[in-house]
Order: sequence, then structure tokens, then C-alpha cells
Amino acid sequence: MLAFVVAVMAPLLLSACVVTPDVNDLGIVIERAKGSVLVVDIKQHKELARVGGLGDLSHASVVYSPDQRYAYVFGRDGGLTKIDMLRQGVVSRVLQAGNSIGGAISKDGRWVAASNYKPGGVRIFESETLKLVADIPATMANGSLSRVVGLVDAPGSRFIFTLFDGDEIWVADIRNPDKPRIRKFHNVGRQPYDALITPDGRYYIAGLFGEDGLALLDLDNLDNGVQRILAGYGKGERKLPVYKMPHLEGWAEAGNYLFVPAVGAHTVLVVDRSNWQEVARIPVHGQPVFVMASPDGRQVWVNFAYPRNDTVQVIDAETRKVVRELVPGKAVLHMAFQSQEKKIWISVRDEDRVDIYDTVSFQRLASIPADKPSGIFFTSRATKIGL
Amino acid sequence: MYTHWVSSWKVYVLKSVVMFSLLLSHGLFAVAGMPDQSRQKELRHLLKHDCGSCHGMSLKGGLGPALTIEALAGKAKSYLLRTILDGRPGTPMPPWKGILSEAEATWLVGVLIEGKGSDER
Repeated sequence: MLAFVVAVMAPLLLSACVVTPDVNDLGIVIERAKGSVLVVDIKQHKELARVGGLGDLSHASVVYSPDQRYAYVFGRDGGLTKIDMLRQGVVSRVLQAGNSIGGAISKDGRWVAASNYKPGGVRIFESETLKLVADIPATMANGSLSRVVGLVDAPGSRFIFTLFDGDEIWVADIRNPDKPRIRKFHNVGRQPYDALITPDGRYYIAGLFGEDGLALLDLDNLDNGVQRILAGYGKGERKLPVYKMPHLEGWAEAGNYLFVPAVGAHTVLVVDRSNWQEVARIPVHGQPVFVMASPDGRQVWVNFAYPRNDTVQVIDAETRKVVRELVPGKAVLHMAFQSQEKKIWISVRDEDRVDIYDTVSFQRLASIPADKPSGIFFTSRATKIGL
Repeated sequence: MYTHWVSSWKVYVLKSVVMFSLLLSHGLFAVAGMPDQSRQKELRHLLKHDCGSCHGMSLKGGLGPALTIEALAGKAKSYLLRTILDGRPGTPMPPWKGILSEAEATWLVGVLIEGKGSDER
């Protein structure tokens, strides 16, 4: 009888002691080698739970439902997993493609889209059930499928994405999600590798790998077509090898300026948003991968590609100078700002650690053990367009 | 006399070959530039995590093509070696010379074509 009481009551008592966390304070850290994620409490700097069985997460990203309750994890192997952040478990999971790069969620939270390498294209799912509602093969002029990158959600019930092999940007209107209407823009520039949308949802910008420059699309004036900006920024300079593809998810928009990684140069470029002209180039430690502005727009944090990936530099947005250099450890892969507080989380893959730094004193405040951590995604992304 | 010399020479060569392969198979013999045990560990880590950022951690492909045993079947070792060292212009594959020695790249090619690229962490 006593055993029964203990067996039955203990979990109840335990769970009674657990305070349900506030979804605003939660986040996910990808453990890329293990195929698991850590659900973390951001305020308390601690791991709440590990959720496993998510497949190959060697490249992974996360979007959140508008109420921040559910996370959708897009894995390398085409896995799409819906996680309940409060119960810290898998709600549902589908293997939606053979090879995937990322995803997006519509503003109303009803549709989740995944961008795929194999088969090249975008697939749209009902977020509630993960049931497939539309398949958009990224068919190029020559009939073959292109790998798709830079998928974002945009105002006006649209998903926008870019064809790496096809040099195209597609705007998909999903007001009828099972019959998306596609508008295609051709010859946007060679090998667009990733893209972002400005925080106001007005412009979609794709970074080019195959040539110097960026492709800009004004989403309020699609008829104007794609405009090339910063064309030939590396002109006359020898390209350095790029050992990791930069990401544009975290492109920094500090004030009216965009801070963007140059490709093949140890440089951060600064672009004036009022005329899309380059206004500065900042020499940095290595090939920038993520260039991210702090929530107040005053700092821009940069991490770097292999083999210079043990270092993080902080740029002062106003003076456009590197004001601080930190060496968190081998293989810094990602960063995330803690929105309300002046803190940043940094994943250090080869040290199996996530470090939390104060962005004013630059002191390390805490560390959380994690197995080969890569992406860090806080639920605050739910309220931001394009994330 | 002549035949005796030839046969003893042959025996000598044979013995040397046997000794050499024994040493090789036991990892006791460092061929010039061949990565030692600890460097091999680093190279495996590089392959899985850094090559893996484009080719996938299980080497099943991503932005870069798959590097599985099936995907590499029929590809010449020299072609794979040159691809690693010189990169593939016009694609995101960068040249790794300057980071990897020719012997290290050769060792990696061996690991890949034996399908042992995704064995270890």
C-alpha cells in the first residue's frame, strides 16, 4: 500500500511542485550531433528538458507559433517536428523531404512552410496537424529542381523564397494555401545563398554567393522587380576561401543601417537603408557568418567561419568600429540576444557549452552544458516578422 | 651464383614488404606527413562537423553533394584529392590546401571511399 502511494503520489507531488514556466521565458538550443534539443529557461539560465529523436540536426532552425507555445524544428534530414514548449515533448513529427534547410510560419500561425534541397522546393503544412496542404516544386527553366533557401513569411499572407541553383526569387501568395499563387523573379544574381526580410516587412534581400552584391525586392512594389545593390563590393580584391556559408537570418538592422557579411572577405559591410548605398566597410577577424544587432540597435555581434571560429567581435553601431573581442572557445556557431535584458547567449560547439554574456560588462554570467550546441532560438522570435 | 643472388634479393624484398605492411597495419610506421592518431581524430571531427556543415553530418549532402560510399563510387581518388585541395571553382566548395596537407587530404579521401566518414564523432 505504501509502495502504491509512493508510486502514484510521488509524480503528482513532484509535478505539483513544478511551476509552469512562462512561455515568454523559454527557448531552444539545438544539439546538432545528438538529434536533440534543450528546452531552456532564459531568465534562470538553465536547461528544463532535453527532447530527443529529432533526426539529423546538423543544420536546423526553429520557428514558433504566435502564442509561443509550440516550436517547429526543421532538421537537415527533412524532419519537421512540433514541440510543446510547456510540456517539453514532441507533439507530432513528419519526415517531409529528403534534405531540408529551413522553414517559416505564417503570421496567423496557421501554416508552416519548409524549404528543401531534396526534392528542391517548398512544402506547406497545416501547423495544427502537420498535414501537407501544398507542394511547390522549385522547377527551373531547364526543368530540373533547384535547392531552395531564404524562406521567410511576409505581410499579405505570403511566403518568399529563393532558388540557389535557379537564381530566382519566388513570392507565394497563400491566401488559398492549397493553391498558392506564385510570382517569379528571374536573374536576381548568381547563387543567392540566403535571404532576409527587413523588420518592417517591406524589403526582401537575398545575399549572393556567386557574385558580389545583394538582390533587393520591394514587397510593396513587386512590379519594380529585383534591384541589385552593393554590386561589385569586392571589386579588385582577391576572394578569400569561405569555409562556412554566411547566414542572413540575423542580418543586423541597427537603426537605418544594415550590417551585412561580405562574402570572401573579412569584412562587415554597412548599408544605408534610405538609398541602399554602402556607407562603410568594417575589417573584422574572419569571414563573418552571423552579423546580429542587439535589440537596442547599439551593438552588432559577429561570429566567424572555420578556421577562425573561436572568436566573437562586437561592433559599436554608431562609430562602426570593433570595440570588443571575445574568445568563447572552439567553434562558436550561433548567438541569440535575450530581448529584455542586456545579455547574449553564445553556442560553443566544440566546448559542449552555451555561454551567457552580459553585453555591457562583457563578463560571462553563466554556462549551460549542451552536446555540440548550434542554433539558439528564443520564443520571442514568434513576434518578429521573418523569424 | 647469379640465381642465388636473385633469389636472396627476392626474399629480401618479400621480407621487407611483409615487415612494411605489418608496421603499417599496426600504425607503428609513420609515412612522411601521414597524420598520426591524434591528428586523425581532429580530421574526423573536421569531416563530421565542418565539412558536415555543407555535406551533412552524416555526409548525406546539403548545399554540398553527398559524400557517402555510394555517392563516391567510381570517382577517382585523384579527383577527390584535387577537389579537397583546390576546391571547385564556381561552387561553394573552397580550397582546403593551406589548412590540410596533401597527406592529410589523401588520408581523408581514404576514409571517405571506405565509407568510414561518418563513423565517429
